Amino acid sequence: MQTRKKYIFLTFLASWLLLFFFGGDQLRRFAFFSSKKAETLRNWPRWADRSLLKSFADAEELEGDGDPPLQSPKARRAARLSVYKKSRCRMETCFDFSRCEKHGFKVFVYPWEKGDPMSDAYLKILTSIEKSRYYTPNPEEACLFVLNIDTLDRDHLSAQYVRNINEKIRGFPLWNDGRNHLIFNLYSGTWPNYTEDLGFDIGQAILAKASFYTESFRPGFDVSIPLFSKDHPQKGGERGWLYQSSVPPKKKYLLVFKGKRYLTGIGSSTRNALHHIHNGKDIISLTTCKHGKDWEKHKDARCDKDNVDYEKFDYQELLRNSTFCIIPRGRRLGSFRFLEALQAACVPVLLSDGWELPFSEAIDWGKAAVVGSERLLLQIPSAVRCIRPERVLAFQQQTQFLWDAYFSSVDKIVHTTLEIIKDRLLPHRSRARFFWNALPGGLLALPDFSTRGGDFPFYYLRQGSSPSDKFTALIRAVSPVLSLSQPVLRLIQAVSGSQYCAQILVLWSCEKPPPPRGKWPQTAVPLTVIHGRTKLSDRFFPYAAIQTDAVLSLDEHSSLSTSEVDFAFVVWRSFPERIVGFPVRSHSWDAGQQRWGFASEWTNEFSIVLTAAAFYHRYYHSLFTDYLPAGLRDLVDRLAACEDVLMNFLVAAVTKLPPIKVTQRKQHKEPGDQQDTAASAGARRFSQRQDCLNQLVDWFGYMPLVSSQLRLDPVLFKDQVSILRKKYRHLEKP
Amino acid sequence: MCASAKYNTRGPALIPRMKTKHRIYYITLFSIVLLGLIATGMFQFWPHSIESSSDWTVEKRSVHDVPVVKLPADSPIPERGDLSCRMHTCFDVYRCGFNPKNKIKVYIYSLKKYVDEYGTSVSNTISREYNELLTAISDSEFYTDDVNRACLFVPSIDVLNQNTLRIKETAQALAQLSRWDRGTNHLLFNMLPGGPPDYNTALDVPRDRALLAGGGFSTWTYRQGYDVSIPVYSPLSGEVDLPERGPGPRRFFILSSQMALHPEYHSELEALQAENGESVLILDKCTNLSDGIPTVRKRCHKNQVFDYPQVLQEATFCVVLRGARLGQAVLSDVLQAGCVPVIIADSYILPFSEVLDWKRASVVIPEEKMPEMYSILQSVPQRQIEEMQRQARWFWEAYFRSMKAIALATLQIINDRIYPYAAISYEEWNDPPAVKWSSVSNPLFLPLIPPQSQGFTAIVLTYDRVESLFRVITEVSKVPSLSKLLVVWNNQNKNPPEDSLWPKIRVPLKVVRTAENKLSNRFFPYDEIETEAVLAIDDDIIMLTSDELQFGYEVWREFPDRLVGYPGRLHLWDHEMNKWKYESEWTNEVSMVLTGAAFYHKYFNYLYTYKMPGDIKNWVDAHMNCEDIAMNFLVANVTGKSVIKVTPRKKFKCPECTAIDGLSLDQTHMVERSECINKFASVFGTMPLKVVEHRADPVLYKDDFPEKLKSFPNIGSL
Repeated sequence: MQTRKKYIFLTFLASWLLLFFFGGDQLRRFAFFSSKKAETLRNWPRWADRSLLKSFADAEELEGDGDPPLQSPKARRAARLSVYKKSRCRMETCFDFSRCEKHGFKVFVYPWEKGDPMSDAYLKILTSIEKSRYYTPNPEEACLFVLNIDTLDRDHLSAQYVRNINEKIRGFPLWNDGRNHLIFNLYSGTWPNYTEDLGFDIGQAILAKASFYTESFRPGFDVSIPLFSKDHPQKGGERGWLYQSSVPPKKKYLLVFKGKRYLTGIGSSTRNALHHIHNGKDIISLTTCKHGKDWEKHKDARCDKDNVDYEKFDYQELLRNSTFCIIPRGRRLGSFRFLEALQAACVPVLLSDGWELPFSEAIDWGKAAVVGSERLLLQIPSAVRCIRPERVLAFQQQTQFLWDAYFSSVDKIVHTTLEIIKDRLLPHRSRARFFWNALPGGLLALPDFSTRGGDFPFYYLRQGSSPSDKFTALIRAVSPVLSLSQPVLRLIQAVSGSQYCAQILVLWSCEKPPPPRGKWPQTAVPLTVIHGRTKLSDRFFPYAAIQTDAVLSLDEHSSLSTSEVDFAFVVWRSFPERIVGFPVRSHSWDAGQQRWGFASEWTNEFSIVLTAAAFYHRYYHSLFTDYLPAGLRDLVDRLAACEDVLMNFLVAAVTKLPPIKVTQRKQHKEPGDQQDTAASAGARRFSQRQDCLNQLVDWFGYMPLVSSQLRLDPVLFKDQVSILRKKYRHLEKP
Repeated sequence: MCASAKYNTRGPALIPRMKTKHRIYYITLFSIVLLGLIATGMFQFWPHSIESSSDWTVEKRSVHDVPVVKLPADSPIPERGDLSCRMHTCFDVYRCGFNPKNKIKVYIYSLKKYVDEYGTSVSNTISREYNELLTAISDSEFYTDDVNRACLFVPSIDVLNQNTLRIKETAQALAQLSRWDRGTNHLLFNMLPGGPPDYNTALDVPRDRALLAGGGFSTWTYRQGYDVSIPVYSPLSGEVDLPERGPGPRRFFILSSQMALHPEYHSELEALQAENGESVLILDKCTNLSDGIPTVRKRCHKNQVFDYPQVLQEATFCVVLRGARLGQAVLSDVLQAGCVPVIIADSYILPFSEVLDWKRASVVIPEEKMPEMYSILQSVPQRQIEEMQRQARWFWEAYFRSMKAIALATLQIINDRIYPYAAISYEEWNDPPAVKWSSVSNPLFLPLIPPQSQGFTAIVLTYDRVESLFRVITEVSKVPSLSKLLVVWNNQNKNPPEDSLWPKIRVPLKVVRTAENKLSNRFFPYDEIETEAVLAIDDDIIMLTSDELQFGYEVWREFPDRLVGYPGRLHLWDHEMNKWKYESEWTNEVSMVLTGAAFYHKYFNYLYTYKMPGDIKNWVDAHMNCEDIAMNFLVANVTGKSVIKVTPRKKFKCPECTAIDGLSLDQTHMVERSECINKFASVFGTMPLKVVEHRADPVLYKDDFPEKLKSFPNIGSL
């Protein structure tokens, strides 16, 4: 039996093989390659003569693309000026660049008085501009003009609506058909269509508007801004609500919405559908019909039940406890809840088709929000469920960064708008997109300093690079050099002994002339004397001579050893965005006096590193001088011992992190303490610092300083091991 | 549903044991079948059979054999393109739907030849480039042959060059496509739009709602978020092999190589040259070349002849001026040469501008500013020029070099609009490979100092040292910020002690029993861990004081994205052996901390368990060693940051510390640890560990100050 079977199979196989070898083409095609053949048929064919095909254009055509004696470029440019106006405005056609060439980017605000009818929000916008470093009171110098007429609310049913703008504007001699004007608007149009009409002729003005439709947005010309409430803070602003980063997100809900449902009219189709995705467990989508006066007229079958459910949940609590928040369009495209969700680190899921997202020219919203489609609402739950936890964490962090960098105050919104416009003026001196979307954000990365990421202290890791391995010492000298034993000369010796020192700059801020070349100590590195004025803020001027990434800022009385300098610099290379230094101070809130207090030495924590001896990135000189408003620098010039506090404020505001203290062999003495032994002088100085602290908090709108409890020491510092094994053994000598 | 959410592993497949008596029989049968298969294979790949195999498929067809379609003169014409079209108004997303792969499906119409009533053809059937483009789409993941499942339709009607087609008839041909439906979800590729005299910047063929991937958009014709701006392909890309040129000085500062410039531009360039001399080179057509040399590949300046495009590599900046059209093929050549393009074409929408950050690769100068070009370019620092050159070359390699690259980038952009939550990131689009390789994107990038109130969870991995474990528990429970204690019981053969025997502590104590005695159990992201901070501590670490642990937690709060630990270790390059070496001696540097006592973020548990590269996790479990080194590698690799060692050195009871006691075991232990470092470095493909010379101490540590006023007095006691 078995053998028979075997033979049958063998014969079968043999015949099959024979068939295969000698069988016809036909058979092979059908029996063996049918699947493959079908596939090739289905794909785009590999034409036999594909190599013979002609190119889509011959070289002459690609090169010449037309006859040269075409319309002259100049004539074409002139012609387009008259064609592309109104809805087709672009910077090239509706903006006068020549106004910005001489004085740079200066903004003029039409004069206004306290009593003028103006909403709080517009008042804040104007105040922000007037306090900004771009403000000019002189219209001759101005590159950009901002009206003193409140154009924020252009819903003519609203109480804030300003009438007869057209007539008013016509009376302005500077109006010039709106050229180089910037118009802010939050609400346009009214019931029932909420069109984008502003109710007056904006001419060639740039529109900074909330709820922009992509169709009417003029790319590269208009700016889309977020909708913000009248209570939005002028400056400073609340921080975001994300305090911990957990993976997977430890939130009670996945996706939430709580808001109005429009029964009729524009936007109702989106909001009417939202209840479909409610599952009562991790997806909460609640709507209410109760709004407006006559809601009961339009009420439908769901309304009563919905209204009951609606009351069961608290909006704030949903916001805090959800990973994603649905941000559907309202009557208009933008809504307050967008910024609310951003602040709450509730990742926005946008259902607002055709909305030109806020600051879309700069911000990459794909990193912080899920841009959904109104039509695909029912897919949203599965789509967000499938987003991997680490991506969710990245989303959450990005919402916090964006909130803090561009949205948390009116000041930031206004400045982002201005910076976006400024970037268009000189394209080659503008920020690449990554500056806007990486910490610390575009407002703090000045393109006038550099357009290259590697020149800033923030992007080393992102670019896989590291800061330069040398530093420049900048010593501020205020007293004349009389003897060879003067501390400043010893300091120069010590610093120049460091293997990382590239050069020493002496900022000569003394009435008396500096000693001649030969009187300075012989150093291995170049020593240059810069003549400064007596202003305190001068020490943070971005001197062209500073070419290294690191600056070692020193007072003439500072006393440091070469070891200390070496070690501090090595530490700084690990923390290039922070101030790394020796003597420290700390701040604290004095509840009794309701003001910030200043604690001097011997504290268990600190928040200020004195710039009498500190390393930091040279970029902070540029930020100090070019970013801070002039008023602040005037303030520190008036007060003694405030400039270093301001520098600490600035760096803390940028990094949100404390400075770093490193080992110091012996306690550094403050110059004041040394000279004026009188207690009163010390006390005066101390109270001045206190004043400074409080005035700076006013300027910033919040207290940016962050405290630290640690000091970085060499790995073997004071360890029970032979001193010979220690690299920084001089730090331990008594 | 979610393709990515599965972490389960497959068990070994079971092989049923067959009856022995049929065995021989089956074996014979199989060997015959095998022989047959081998024979078939040989037959197929035998050289003589290649010719005959190709006609089994339909590939041998010619483009001239495709079916002819006659268009009646009165057949419908689509409406002109609608300038207000956006994805949400003119695109039918329902066709794309939700799918786990987040990929759109693209259908290609089959090739036809279109003729008018008189039999005259409407256009060239298909150009080489369009054929390449369609081939690329059909070979890609986007392709589908099922017209009903398609989300995007690509007509095979070639409209790359408007000059080669008849506008009205081409439009009619489009309108009769089977799924045309006003052009909804149809994608047209065009590189040379417009025609004389005024050269429109978008394809003139009426196309209704169709998306246009166009090569010369101006800001007025480009529908942002709907159209895709693509490059004008330069056929030289395929012909000339131009190796990437490294950084370094180049002969010319500014080079202009375009041949048909408007005289007005030409005179402006010449003015520049007159002012700045040799560093500016303006090339033009060669007039006195002998026959037979293709003029395309030569450029001349006076009597000097230069090879094109090779000459572009000699220049730092290359001018790309607009011609009659905004998009210029020369841009592709310039990028290929790694020359920084200076784009002078007002209102031009640069290729793929939706995703590419052109500011990193080019200098855009308004036409009116042309006279200032030299000074503007002089202000670009050398290092930035080098980065731009690298970036330019990368753009060419990734998005310009072939029709395939152009096609796939276009489809990806549309794909990203439809599945924005799965979109490719800015970094992936823009960072050249070298940057991608060396850069790190810290998953905990937000500078947050977690609130102290949260506290930390201590995790003690234990096997059977109950007595010592209890002592650790008692010691750790004294730390003020401890919020929970988790004991991971790694012994499957023995039950943990009864509840009543455990020390009574003020925080919740949980015991987790594991299924297998694996070291990686220590790093599992247990749900019981409710705090961000985790303190991993061995069951024999009893020498750390409460002050030291509390201080460690405070340091971690300031560096929540790092490993903050007590005993530090170092890796060194052994020059003799040419490999890495593990070092536990008293050194001035640290690059690792032992996780026998270390604080870190719970997120790293998640990474360790699910995202550890290569086979490291299994390797560690198999060797029962080096889990801490693996963790150090992982964290350093993902954050690019060093560890923080806290507080002075103590004598720890740890495997290698016993070396002092002279046990022979330790030599092998050290060798094993060194091996781990070498193994991990090869799996990671790099050495991610960062060496630092500092450690963290309390601010007033060892300062001459009353101890009782210090926050952490009990530090460093032995």
